[in-house]
Amino acid sequence: MTRRQSPEPFAWLLFSAGGTVTALMFPVLLFLFGVAIPLGWLSAPDHAHLLAVVRNPITKLVLLGLCVLALFHWAHRFRYTLYDGLRLKRLSTVIIVGCYGGAALGSLLAGYIVLRT
Amino acid sequence: MSSTAGPYRRPVSLFWWLERRSYLVFVLRELSSVFVAWFVVYLLMLVSAIGGGSDSYQRFLDRSDQAWMLVLNIVSFLFVLLHMVTWFGLAPKAMVVRLRGRRVPSRAILAGHYALCALLSAVVAWVVLR
Repeated sequence: MTRRQSPEPFAWLLFSAGGTVTALMFPVLLFLFGVAIPLGWLSAPDHAHLLAVVRNPITKLVLLGLCVLALFHWAHRFRYTLYDGLRLKRLSTVIIVGCYGGAALGSLLAGYIVLRT
Repeated sequence: MSSTAGPYRRPVSLFWWLERRSYLVFVLRELSSVFVAWFVVYLLMLVSAIGGGSDSYQRFLDRSDQAWMLVLNIVSFLFVLLHMVTWFGLAPKAMVVRLRGRRVPSRAILAGHYALCALLSAVVAWVVLR
């Protein structure tokens, strides 16, 4: 008998790592750039400062790691949301390709944007 | 009637998650991933705008100030908070930490996650706003 290797544990590992980093970092980032700065509660940082921040190799590493893990977290959870919430388990193949494929394409795009800055 | 009929399955409505409060919280928690994905898009738009020069950064700031974008981001923020609370709430069940042969109590693991989150938030705010 051959042992079937399932990619499921790997997908779950990415989901889990992504869940943790997004829970730790997304609230503050979203609050700053999505709520507090647009509403004028905090003044917008000037461009030169932010450019220096995003060009720092440590920032690039953090941003890229956050984006990739968050996307695979989304892919895994959204896959099961479609299965359970909308009862679409019969479309399993399409959903798997769409979710993880979307996350992979998004990761490539994230790499391109973060590394060229 | 053929004998091949399987066991009876109660038909489940498409709106099963409205039946109970705990189901609703479950579905909202699962939906948080959509807002996580949206914030990745928003973050990449921000980084791209910063890389594009001060004019494109200014255009990003103007866009982030529009009503629909603000509403979307406030809703996303609430969903990300729900994700944080539910994720940290599960952490003590998912990880068993032993220290000198004793199991670390789940309250300590929970508190540790919030402490780390507070520390990282402070670092991010300092880096962005200094």
